[in-house]
Amino acid sequence: MKTYLPSRFLVDRDQSRCIQCQVCVNQCSFGVHSYDASDNLVKANEANCVGCHRCVVFCPTNAINIRKNTLSYRDNYNWRPEAIEDILKQAETGGVLLTGMGSDKEHKNYWDHLVLNASQVTNPSIDPLREPMELVTYLGKKPDMIEIDQKTGTLKTEMPPQIKLSLPVMFSAMSYGAVSLNVQQSLARAATESGTFWNTGEGGLHKSLYKYAKNTIVQVASGRFGVHSEYLNAGAVVEIKIGQGAKPGIGGHLPGEKVSLDVSKTRMIPQGTDALSPAPQHDIYSIEDLTQLIYALKEATNYTKPISVKIAAVHNSAAIASGMVRAGADIIVLDGIRGSTGAAPKVIRDNVGIPIEMALASVDSRLRQEGIRNQASLVISGGIRNSGDIAKAIALGADAVYIGTAALMALGCTCCQQCHTGKCAWGICTSDLALTKRINPEIGAQRLSNLLRGWSIEIKDILGGMGINAIESLRGNRLALRGMGLSDTELQILGVKMVGS
Amino acid sequence: MTTTVINKERSGAVVKIDATEMETKTLNTRLRELVAGGDDKIRIINVCGQRYIGTDLNKPVDIEIIGTPGNDLGSFMDGPQITVKGNAQDGCGNTMNSGNIIVHGHAGDVLGLAARGGTIFIRDGVGYRCGIHMKEYGEQKPTLVIGGPAQDFLGEYMAGGTLIVLGLDLKKGEGHKAKYIGTGMHAGIIYLRGTVDKYQLGKEVGAAELTEEDKLTLERYVHEYSDHFGTDAGKILDAQFIKLFPLYLRPYGTLYAP
Repeated sequence: MKTYLPSRFLVDRDQSRCIQCQVCVNQCSFGVHSYDASDNLVKANEANCVGCHRCVVFCPTNAINIRKNTLSYRDNYNWRPEAIEDILKQAETGGVLLTGMGSDKEHKNYWDHLVLNASQVTNPSIDPLREPMELVTYLGKKPDMIEIDQKTGTLKTEMPPQIKLSLPVMFSAMSYGAVSLNVQQSLARAATESGTFWNTGEGGLHKSLYKYAKNTIVQVASGRFGVHSEYLNAGAVVEIKIGQGAKPGIGGHLPGEKVSLDVSKTRMIPQGTDALSPAPQHDIYSIEDLTQLIYALKEATNYTKPISVKIAAVHNSAAIASGMVRAGADIIVLDGIRGSTGAAPKVIRDNVGIPIEMALASVDSRLRQEGIRNQASLVISGGIRNSGDIAKAIALGADAVYIGTAALMALGCTCCQQCHTGKCAWGICTSDLALTKRINPEIGAQRLSNLLRGWSIEIKDILGGMGINAIESLRGNRLALRGMGLSDTELQILGVKMVGS
Repeated sequence: MTTTVINKERSGAVVKIDATEMETKTLNTRLRELVAGGDDKIRIINVCGQRYIGTDLNKPVDIEIIGTPGNDLGSFMDGPQITVKGNAQDGCGNTMNSGNIIVHGHAGDVLGLAARGGTIFIRDGVGYRCGIHMKEYGEQKPTLVIGGPAQDFLGEYMAGGTLIVLGLDLKKGEGHKAKYIGTGMHAGIIYLRGTVDKYQLGKEVGAAELTEEDKLTLERYVHEYSDHFGTDAGKILDAQFIKLFPLYLRPYGTLYAP
């Protein structure tokens, strides 16, 4: 019995340009390129190519092009190549198919069906180059009402702990072990420089990153890796991770190969052992239990920090979110079906959860209906691609967004979906020291800061175009949105009108 | 976060707190103030359901609790020794880093969840899901010693440390009742006094007789148990013990298609 998995890509090497310098051989971590000394030729084993373009970028003579393999099966709507090849792989191994990054399936992307408004004639648009524009966002519980001392003009109400963001964008949870230390350092530096926050994920906080603590969100997840009082007290926010959009309802297995000496120190587990994160947190089986952990963390940090709770967007998100707010969460995070991961079973990533746009709209509506929207900030994540998505998210009711994939792309990621292999040629999602040094944290931080700067200017342009000068005026303002190509039910859930109406 | 510590001469004086009708937050704030002020012996009386006692304390202070402390006693704790004259509830020693908890009674569910260090002695029995995901790292090694029986899911996903269940109130000829013991266990050791059937064990767990080294470890902890609770260590040790250990260091290594 022989099965054949065709290579995904073909490597075109222009021999008239190739100088046999072997840069591609050294750069490829998947073993595609090799030098044959007897022929004095660089050759390719295309079966290993993942289409990450590392060789293309680094080839000094532009000799390489990567193409899709055009090998055809007989056309069949149901039995497309992916379905056939997945079966072949499983028939050979009997294993669960793993993958990386967010779902690549054609789930409807509602951002692309929403358009934003602008001022014309009846109210003037604002030129952000000329007038101040406010993107500052505070996350944390807001009091039901505030009292101001009439004499001094100062706030009499005691405010619950808040964090201040210069723009409503943060870097989402990516743990040390899943991504490299240089990636985390890039994120931490960029967050500090740009006045926002990065998130440790559940792998603990490396000693060298404690200096960025005031811009750090520390996570507590089911594995409780590297969670101790110094860690909890270091962060600006403590985030309880219940789930993530790429793999709602299941835990994580960081394979022993990725648990290097340094990863083991930070996670506080022996080197080379699998880091198993159970599916549930075994002290949280109910909303009441969630209250208990939220307040345990508040006690452990002496009520000085907001406590965030992150869930994957699922069918009953609205009811769950209501429970989370009532449980005492100061920030709730929703991660949609397009949310990314370092490793997840493919079947879960592609089939479980709901699009973040719908989850956001229904959660925001529900919390407003119940009169508790002020009690927690709402942060969303899962496939935010650009400042347009961010503006639409804010208008739908989000206080801020988390970006993961977009941040990694700023560091070179081309979304080849091989994170789970630990071989990332761009040195991002790997703990192989030969690869991790490919990210220079100084340059990485600069590129991330550039991205945030670009997006800030664009968001200000969008606001100005609408004739408003503060992000606060767009927040939850669904009249700024119209829907295109959506059914009545979809429009109703999103709480937006059809274009033209 | 840094706390200002006023270095006080260790006077040995015991500070007493009456927790009658005291809110959790008030009690813990008071404890924080006392410990920051240098007090190292605290006795809390009339405790009734107050949660998180000892959570934010990171010094080796002695706390005696008279009554029934609430859930998450000593969660995330780093250093104190807590003695409870009464029963503990759920989540005792949750994600504890170091210190000791001694309970003169029983404890509820999820005892020592994800604990990374310290020791917990429970005189009587405990509830479900105890010792889940305990882990050890370097010098830090958590130890749970349970006098009575434990319920299902004991030591699930265990990644280090030592779990001892003495089952002292099991009747003669009666075996342990817990099921799914050590499911997904990939490090650490469980010692059970008395008998257990194979079907009660997780698929990733092996059973063996104790080696001489195991016996030394066990003797040490049983003696400590007896010192705390005034039982006869010799009598406890004069029984059949079984050692449960992880069969695989990477129990789910073959779960995935390469």
